[in-house]
Amino acid sequence: MATTEANAVGGFQMKGEEQVRINKGMLHGLWALTNRELKKWYKVPVLLFLSIIQPVIWLGLFGKAMNFGALFTSTSFNIPGLNIPKATLDQLATQAMLSTFGTTDYFSFLAVGMLSFIILFTAMFSGMSIVWDRRFGFLDKLLSTPVARGSIVMGKVFSSIIRSLAQAAVVLVVAVLLGMDTAKITVVGLAGTFLALFLMAMGLSALFLMLALRSTDWQSQMAIMNLLNLPLLFASNALFPSKLMPAWLQVVAKLNPVSYATDAGRQLLLGVPGFASLGFDFLFLTAFAALFSGVGIFLSWRYLSR
Amino acid sequence: MLEMEEAARNGNYESKNVIMEVKGLTKIFENKLKAVDSVSFSVYEGEIFGFLGPNGAGKSTTIKMLTTLLRPSEGDAVVCGFDIRKQPQEVRWSVGVVPQEYTADEDMTGLENIMLFANLYGIPGDVARKRADELLMLVELNEAAGRKVSTYSGGMRRRLELACGLVNHPKVLFLDEPTLGLDVQTRTAVWRYIRILKEQYGMTLFLTTHYLEEADGLCDRVGIIDHGKIVRLGTTGELKSGVGGDAIELGIREKDVDLTSFIMKVDSVTSVVRENDHYRIKAPLGEEAAPAIMDAVRSAGYHVDRISLTKPTLDEVYLEYTGHKLRDEEANSQQVMAQQRTVRRARA
Ligand SMILES: Nc1ncnc2c1ncn2[C@@H]1O[C@H](COP(=O)(O)OP(=O)(O)OP(=O)(O)O)[C@@H](O)[C@H]1O
Ligand SMILES: [Mg+2]
Repeated sequence: MATTEANAVGGFQMKGEEQVRINKGMLHGLWALTNRELKKWYKVPVLLFLSIIQPVIWLGLFGKAMNFGALFTSTSFNIPGLNIPKATLDQLATQAMLSTFGTTDYFSFLAVGMLSFIILFTAMFSGMSIVWDRRFGFLDKLLSTPVARGSIVMGKVFSSIIRSLAQAAVVLVVAVLLGMDTAKITVVGLAGTFLALFLMAMGLSALFLMLALRSTDWQSQMAIMNLLNLPLLFASNALFPSKLMPAWLQVVAKLNPVSYATDAGRQLLLGVPGFASLGFDFLFLTAFAALFSGVGIFLSWRYLSR
Repeated sequence: MLEMEEAARNGNYESKNVIMEVKGLTKIFENKLKAVDSVSFSVYEGEIFGFLGPNGAGKSTTIKMLTTLLRPSEGDAVVCGFDIRKQPQEVRWSVGVVPQEYTADEDMTGLENIMLFANLYGIPGDVARKRADELLMLVELNEAAGRKVSTYSGGMRRRLELACGLVNHPKVLFLDEPTLGLDVQTRTAVWRYIRILKEQYGMTLFLTTHYLEEADGLCDRVGIIDHGKIVRLGTTGELKSGVGGDAIELGIREKDVDLTSFIMKVDSVTSVVRENDHYRIKAPLGEEAAPAIMDAVRSAGYHVDRISLTKPTLDEVYLEYTGHKLRDEEANSQQVMAQQRTVRRARA
């Protein structure tokens, strides 16, 4: 009996086993935790498909339907007493579009906004996974291992960043296929845009995770998400330029990181004048990402450590 | 043979090293509930120490404090030489935990789960892979290793939890109700793994259970815990002899005489109670006392009608110290149902 057991155990060796180089570094386990979340996503391609379907529908319907340019060009004004030639009207329309959107092409304008949109919506769900982990007891199991508490949160942040950037890339490709203006897109512009999106994804994921750190039920987490997502989207320049908004809303838009990532993207991809300088966009986004990741790591030490 | 095993298990622990020292550990939850009430005990290196108690006794709460998941309200504990309050990280490096619930990630395979936990314990990939294979072999999951955990049965999940808790080769392994809801076969298998860990690898095990047979058959020492307090602690042998040892039932033909004080004089008899037509006698070693009693009774001219000897079980110990019986099966099925409800709710 004892011998068959010993055989079944194989090489399992505890007493006096050779010394193993244990990685006790602060960052050990971070990539494994990130990869755990990513696996759930890339192993189910239908998830990727489902998650990009929403922004694509917005692009296709909203972007094509809200044909602001055609507002002027395809209707013929006829105001009694005034006789405005069609060419003048067209010129007026172009000027109006340019001064409002910075481009005559609302679809392209919106396409960049949709990149922010998908980042926002992916980040929003990052908080849900920690609620699940808590409910299933997986979080407790993680906490009983010596992995850094901050890594538990940052693993989720990084997986959310990677996921949302991949989805943003797909949305961009679809937008181009649907007729987005590519005349001014450069490699540097692309890299810069994704850097801005990276920073926004980092800050937003950390923010939503923080809100979920103490939460035990997903209903309240859903409520928080719904409370935040539409205001964050609409009180930004993602769909419509903020300069035409009422003053109080402009203040919100000026504080909203979604505005800055979108603004940077528009300047870099479409070459339109922004509502802040590129430098300020990046400064704001970097500060936002650093602040919330920092606070997120701090809070995870506080709240996850019993 | 039996006694020898007993003696070996009850062996003198003074010479052994204390690997876990718990002093006045208390947990009061926010709702003022005192789940654990000033428990103190020591666990010796290489032993299997069990907490036996009914639902809600505070077993899991104690484990959660000792494994640094919960902060104690009062009291201290030193685990593997580290203070659970001041050096929680060091404690985590040196212990393993197998929680009461099934906590493996359902979307990953058994192997992936083990590899993930190996990584969290800082074990390099090649070593981790070797250990994972060994552990999967130990818990007989090597064939199912590549399957998603969501396709595992309850018993397979329990065994996977065990493997995950062993991946860092802990000095002390905490097992919270390791055989809850398992069928007899799987339960026996888990007991076998636990004995292997102790006997072949010198691991110290701390387990909780509400199965008396588990505490009796597996543990070297048992603490009976009820309402957050340790009501009794000792080797299973000590606990049993604590209830006065073996019970002898003696029937005498001469019904009209009272032999109580006479029997009491026989060597090693600790108590005699006359009940109707027979005597209930307690003695630490029944098989020696019974013949002595018979001889004494006969030589005094009385006649023995019948005699029977029963060894005490932890059941009686339990009843004696907690005032209520352990309704094993009932508690078990209730709890399994509660567990299944949690999983269903979470999935819905
Ligand atoms: N987080 C908590 N907040 C409040 N009360 C709690 C909490 N966790 C446990 N309790 C209570 O503490 C008591 C002890 O619970 P514990 O889980 O330690 O029992 P147990 O001995 O493990 O029981 P079981 O055999 O059912 O697992 C119970 O009355 C339980 O309701
Ligand atoms: Mg319990």
